[in-house]
Amino acid sequence: MLADQIETRADAVRTVGGKYLTFVLGRASYGIDVLKIREIIRLVEFTTVPQMPDFVKGVINLRGKIIPVVDLRLKFRLSSAESTERTCIVVVQVDVANGVKTLMGLVVDSVEEVLNIGQNDIEAPPDFGTKLDTSYILGMAKIKGVVKTLLDINRVMTAESLLAIDQSLARV
Amino acid sequence: MTDFAADPITALVRLTEKVALELVYSEAGKDIGLLPLNCLLSEIEEQVSLLVLPDEVKQAVKIARGWIDEVFESTGVFEQPVLDRLSQWSQWMLEVLPVAQSGQPLPPCDFLAPTASVPAAAASHAKEMGADPDEPILLNLEGDGELLREFINESYEHLQNIEGGVLVLEENPTDAETLNSIFRAFHTFKGGSGFLNLKPVNHLAHELESLLDLARQHKLTITSEIIDLILAGRDSLKLFVTEIEFQLTEQKPRAPISFPIQHLISRVLTVTTGSQAATTRPAPAAAASAPVVPLFLAEEPAAQVKLAIVPEANTPPAPELQVLKSTAGALSVKVDTSKLDSLVDLVGEMVIAQSLVAQDPYLKRDQNQQLTRNLAQLGRITKDLQRAAMSLRMVPIKSTFQKMTRLVRDLSSQESKQVQLVLSGEDTELDRTIVEEISDPLVHMVRNSVDHGVERPDVRLARGKSAHGTIQLRACHQGGSIVIQIEDDGGGLNKERILAKAIQQGLIPADAQLPEGEIYKLIFQPGFSTAEKVTSISGRGVGMDVVRRNIDKLRGRIEITSTLGVGSCFTIYLPLTLAIIDGLLISVGRERYILPTLSVRESFRPTPQMLSSLNESSEMVLVRGKLIPLLRLADHFEVPDAVSNPMEGLVVVVESNGQARCLLVDHLLGKQEVVIKSLGETFKHARSLAGAAILGDGKVGLILNVDSLVRLQPDRLPLAA
Repeated sequence: MLADQIETRADAVRTVGGKYLTFVLGRASYGIDVLKIREIIRLVEFTTVPQMPDFVKGVINLRGKIIPVVDLRLKFRLSSAESTERTCIVVVQVDVANGVKTLMGLVVDSVEEVLNIGQNDIEAPPDFGTKLDTSYILGMAKIKGVVKTLLDINRVMTAESLLAIDQSLARV
Repeated sequence: MTDFAADPITALVRLTEKVALELVYSEAGKDIGLLPLNCLLSEIEEQVSLLVLPDEVKQAVKIARGWIDEVFESTGVFEQPVLDRLSQWSQWMLEVLPVAQSGQPLPPCDFLAPTASVPAAAASHAKEMGADPDEPILLNLEGDGELLREFINESYEHLQNIEGGVLVLEENPTDAETLNSIFRAFHTFKGGSGFLNLKPVNHLAHELESLLDLARQHKLTITSEIIDLILAGRDSLKLFVTEIEFQLTEQKPRAPISFPIQHLISRVLTVTTGSQAATTRPAPAAAASAPVVPLFLAEEPAAQVKLAIVPEANTPPAPELQVLKSTAGALSVKVDTSKLDSLVDLVGEMVIAQSLVAQDPYLKRDQNQQLTRNLAQLGRITKDLQRAAMSLRMVPIKSTFQKMTRLVRDLSSQESKQVQLVLSGEDTELDRTIVEEISDPLVHMVRNSVDHGVERPDVRLARGKSAHGTIQLRACHQGGSIVIQIEDDGGGLNKERILAKAIQQGLIPADAQLPEGEIYKLIFQPGFSTAEKVTSISGRGVGMDVVRRNIDKLRGRIEITSTLGVGSCFTIYLPLTLAIIDGLLISVGRERYILPTLSVRESFRPTPQMLSSLNESSEMVLVRGKLIPLLRLADHFEVPDAVSNPMEGLVVVVESNGQARCLLVDHLLGKQEVVIKSLGETFKHARSLAGAAILGDGKVGLILNVDSLVRLQPDRLPLAA
C-alpha cells in the first residue's frame, strides 16, 4: 500500500511538466495543472455553511450548480486578507474518492498566467522533515528566478480537508 | 428499371440470374455476396408473393431465404453445402420459371424432398448452434462498445415488452397481437445478439422465438407451463443483459459471461418438438434424436416453421441490422438523464436571470410600454419553459406496477395461493426518481400482502370468502401529492398480536396505550415480525422497516387501515416531485435558510409567559399546553448578530416523525417553491442540512434538515442542562 503510494508519487514527479495556471497567495506564487481548471470567476457573495472549518468559505451558485468554495489562504494557514479587485475564484475539478469528481472554488489573491513549465525546470519538493506536510506539492518550478509551488489539487482538497470537514461535522 | 418494365416472370428470371452470378463470386468460409444475396432473395420473395405460381416455386423461395437466414444466424459466412444448394436452387428456378405459369408439371427438385440436403443443413446447424450453448461470452468492449450499449438499451425495452406481453397472455392465451409482439421481441434479441456474437443469448432467444412462432401459428397452446418457460427465458436473457451492461459501465471485461441455459433450452425443445410431433406427422427418427428439429422440419412444406421468422416480405435486407436502427416511428426519444438534469438546471438559472432582469430597478424606472410588454412576454415564456422542463422528469408508474403483476403471479404459485392483482391508475405520472425509489418498498409490501395478507384458499373458503384473493394496487393524484394504495382482502392485521409481540420484543412498555393507527405502525419497527414462521418470502422482520425508511427518504408518509378478517389497506403519500419543495424562507442574522413547509406547524412571536427554562438553561416554549424545547438556530449554527431575545424574534414550530421543536429565528421572509440541489460530496455528512436551493436573487439558500434538528439530543443543545 505504502509502496504503491511512493510509486505513484514518483510517477507524479516524473510527469509534472506541462501547462500550469499560476496564481498568487500572499507573497508566494503557486501553479495548478490547467487541465484541472474549469473556469475563473470574479469574487461573488458566498452562502456560509454552518459548522464548517474556517477555510471553507461556503457555497456559491455556479450557473445552477452549487459548489463549495475554499479560501486557499486560510487553508495554507496564511493570514487572511481583505479581498481586492483582483481577488477571484478559480473553479477546479477535484477527484473526491472512487472516481467521483466534483467542482470546487478556490479563493486566490490574483491569477497570473498560464505557463508551460518544462520537466527540467521542476525540482522535487524539498524535505522539511515532519514539520511540514509536502504531500500536496508536485514540485517546485523555477521560472525566471522565481520559485513557484506546483500543487496537486486533488491532495490539497481531498484527504485532509474533507477529513477536517467531517470532523467539524462530527462535533455537532 | 428494366427488370420491372418486363413482365414479372422475366423480372424473376433476371433476379435469379443475378443470384447465380453472385454465387459464382461467393466462397466457402467468407461472407462475400451474403448481403446482395439476401437482398435478391427478398426481392424474389416479394415478386413471387404477387404472382400466381405453383406452390413448389413459392416454397423453394422460402427455403432459400431460410438458408440465408441460417447463415446470418450462425457463423455469418458461407459454407460449401449452402453454396452448393443455392446454385442448385438457382438452376432449378431458371428451369422452372419460364414454364411455371403454363401449368406444366415442374421438373423435380432435390431440396424440396423431405430428406435430401435440408436435414443435413439442420444437422450442421445443430452442430453450430448446439455445440455449446453455455459457451461463455467474451465482450469486445472497445470495438463493440457503442453497439453493445445500444443493444442493452433496446434489450431492456424488449424484456419489458416480453414480460408485459406474457401477463396479457395469461389472461388471453390466444391474443395474436401479443404473441406477435413477444415473438418480435425475441426475434430482435436474436438478431442483435447474433450480430454482436453473443452466442448463448442468440441461441436462447432463437429457441424461444421458435416456441412463440409455433404458438403464433396455433400449433401450440399457451399453457401456464409455457408461460413459466417464457418468463424463465426472459429472466435468463436479463441476466446476460445486466451482466453485459455491468461490464460495459465498468469499462473493463471482468470475466467471460456465462449463465447456464442448457436446461432451459432443452425444456423449450421438449415443448416445441412435442407440439410438432402432435401437429404434424410423426417426426423422422433422425429428427427425434436431433434436438433442433423444430428449427427445420423438412417433413412437410407447410411446416417450414423456420421460414416464418421473416414476418414480411419487405423486411430490411439484413435482419441483424434491424437492432441498430431505433424502433422506427417511436413516439418517444431516449435521453441521457444527466442531460435532462442539466437542462432543468439551466432552465432554473434562466428563470432566475429573467426575474433579475424583470426586477432591475434601472429598467423599472424607465417606464416604457413596449419594454414592459416584452418583459411580460419573456416572463410567460420562461414560466412555460420551466413547467415543460419539470414535466420532462415525470414518468408513468406503469412499469413499476407491471413488475408487481409478475411478482404476485410468482409468489402466489409458490405459496399455492390464488391471488389476483388489480391495477388502477397506472398512468399516473410522477418524478422519475420517485418511480425508481418506490419500486423496492412496493415489492416488500406486495410480498407481505401475498405472504401474510391473503389466506390460503381453504382458509378463505372456511371464512366465507371466495378462494381467490384480490390485491388492489392503485395510484392517483390527490391534492399536491401522489397516493399509492395497496389493499388486500386478506386476514387483516391482528392488533392484539402486534401489541403482544411489540411488548415481548421490548419495543414498547407493557402498559402502553396506543391508538389504533400507532399500533399498526409498529410493524415498521426494525426487526419486527409477527409471522410465526420464516418463509422464503418474508417473515424475517426486515422489510417493513425498509419500506418505512425508503418512504421517509422520499419525504412521503404511510398510513395503515385494517379490519381483522376483512383485509388491510396501506396508503402511501408521496410528493409530486423530489426536485421541488415548498419552502419557508427564514432569516437568522445575515443568513437565510429554507424550511420545508410540510414540516412547519406554526410560527409566532412568544410572550414572556410562554417561555420557561429548566435549571435556568434548557429553554422550553409552552405551545397550546405542550412544552416544546427551544433551539436557537443562531447559536447552533454560530451565526453572529442574530436576535437573541425570543420576544424580539419569531418562534417556528417544526415537526418530524412525531417530534416537535421550536426554532428561534429573526424573521420570516416568505414562502417560495425551490428546486432542491444536492450540496455534493463535500458536505455529504452535514446532517443539519437537507440540501440547498438557488433563491430568487441567484444566491444559494441552505435547506435545513428538520428531521435531524428535532432529533438533536438535549445535551447537544446549546445552553444544555
